[in-house]
Amino acid sequence: MSILLDASTRLVVQGMTGSQGSFHTRLMREAGTQVVAGVTPGRGGATVDGLEDVPVFNTVAEATRATGANAACIFVPAAFAADAILEDAAAGLNVIVCLTEGIPVLDMLRVMPRVRASGANLIGPNCPGVTTPGDGVKVGVMPWSVHSPGHVGVVSRSGTLTYEVVQHLTDLGAGQTTTVGIGGDPIIGTRFVDVLAMFEADPATHGVVLLGEIGGDDEERAATYIRERMTKPVTSFIAGKTAPPERRMGHAGAIVSGSTGSAAAKEAALRAAGVLIGETPEHAARLLVQRLP
Amino acid sequence: MKVHESDARAIFRRHGLPVPESRLASTPDEATQAASAFGCPVVIKAQVLAGGRGKAGGVKLASSPEEAGAAATRILALTISGEPVRRVLVAPAVDIARELYLGVVIDRTAQSLALMASAEGGVDIEEVAATNPSAILRVQVDPLAGLPDWEARHLGFALGLSGSQVRQFVRVAQGLVEAFVDVDASLAEVNPLVVDEAGDLQAIDAKLNIDDNALGRQREIEQLRDPHEESDSERRARAAGLSYIKLDGTIGCMVNGAGLAMATMDVIKHYGGEPANFLDVGGGAGVEKITTAFEIILEDPNVRAVLVNIFAGITRADDVAAGVIAARARLTQDIPLVVRVAGTREAEALQLLEEAGIGAERSMDSAAALVVEATR
Repeated sequence: MSILLDASTRLVVQGMTGSQGSFHTRLMREAGTQVVAGVTPGRGGATVDGLEDVPVFNTVAEATRATGANAACIFVPAAFAADAILEDAAAGLNVIVCLTEGIPVLDMLRVMPRVRASGANLIGPNCPGVTTPGDGVKVGVMPWSVHSPGHVGVVSRSGTLTYEVVQHLTDLGAGQTTTVGIGGDPIIGTRFVDVLAMFEADPATHGVVLLGEIGGDDEERAATYIRERMTKPVTSFIAGKTAPPERRMGHAGAIVSGSTGSAAAKEAALRAAGVLIGETPEHAARLLVQRLP
Repeated sequence: MKVHESDARAIFRRHGLPVPESRLASTPDEATQAASAFGCPVVIKAQVLAGGRGKAGGVKLASSPEEAGAAATRILALTISGEPVRRVLVAPAVDIARELYLGVVIDRTAQSLALMASAEGGVDIEEVAATNPSAILRVQVDPLAGLPDWEARHLGFALGLSGSQVRQFVRVAQGLVEAFVDVDASLAEVNPLVVDEAGDLQAIDAKLNIDDNALGRQREIEQLRDPHEESDSERRARAAGLSYIKLDGTIGCMVNGAGLAMATMDVIKHYGGEPANFLDVGGGAGVEKITTAFEIILEDPNVRAVLVNIFAGITRADDVAAGVIAARARLTQDIPLVVRVAGTREAEALQLLEEAGIGAERSMDSAAALVVEATR
């Protein structure tokens, strides 16, 4: 078992004809992902080097009708990415993974009501994607080699910090059910609480590592959920303890403003919910492995 | 990106807010002339992007043009939160009966805009939020639909405004939301929004921050950027597609990904060191980008060692390794360098580094411990 992605995932890649899109589509296929279609407006019928057997369509609706795609991965530039999300939601895809960084916040505010109404799980934007190692499914840009199948769920606002922790888990012999990078923007689709609920409901997941960072209050909301609903062990690392206030630390969402968003407040809320906090990412991985049944 | 008060005032005026006229002055003479033109009393306000200028002595009343000149002299000599005052704004003083607060922000939790209003204006709204949160009224606003009349009216009555003031308030609140959406703001604030002695509303201050992600389609607003907002290093970093923030420590950091970059700083601190900077080289970092990153890190005279921590995903580790090797060859400074690479094309990267005689650490913890040791 796993969450979000499994052996039935059939992926359409928006922006597959671009250099990043084609490079990472090849890597997704090497991991085992069934990539059934690419979409680039105006390039319908094109072929992509090394991906000759993946048909390219002009629209997501066409691609979905022709191939039975049920998930999308978005590699298109920021100016077009919000529109790509809307197109996927309108086509009825269940999982939409948007990797694009730099989408204006107002665009996401306009998009989110439509995404919620469609019932789709939007992952991101500004995220590394989702992996389900046991089924050989990767949607996104995570280095596949760090993963291994197992019983740990990982959810994170960061990309590279996720790879870091997944690598440690794998080194410690603790494989993963699913890893989810939810994204570093202030307005994202699927949030910590949503993913924690999926992991809680997934019998194959025995414990969760939650990787948070400064900014917003999603970690505090996650803490409330964990305290009230979660039966599985959760450990955490919160990045940004040494970050200066009122500065955007790379991610658009990573900013301590006034009294909200500090690492200390997030750690305190999580601790109060029984979450063990790692001093380093590696420590958070070790703590979880010690608590696994 | 932060916008100066004078520019924010102009934008708010365009959206129908009752902003009194004002002039910018960069010398005491100009301030004196502006005061003569407006008629006294006038208010003289430091134009800095940092908050807290009132407490720092950056806002003064003047009852004559001479006083205005003297006040401008004192304010132009100030440095507020590290920012030298280069210009002052001169505006006619308003007889204030009441001070209100009005602001629009992004509500991350509700995923909407939030309009906030308070009868306790003129003070730090964060303080009001901390000490008396019920004094802040809050409504969610759909950016597509805007703020409906009735909701603005409700707020106006709740603030204790009367008939014609409520009508004025509806225009002000809707105008502020429109301005926010029009310029892709992340914060738009009028503090204080005053009721003057004649009973009319006046927006006597203006604060506006812009969503950096939207600057690509807000070219006019981007022109308003104060070149002094960033240091030279930060500006060069931004131009090169790097995200760099200088800190006070001794260990330079070059990392890919914002979360890992923050975590690397935290782990350096955990092992007893102090990070000299935050630096995210971003995805797809090649030789040029890595070289620029090294140059920027080493311009900081406090840096005594550098930690490169790359976990490649969308980036390719071998590209980064090639960049590190090329950059090191061009460096004139002999400074301890600790490199950690992992992820996509890790094996190729390790081989490149080994051939160049650069040892590589496999874990972030061991790399951080090693670089801290190197500065001891």
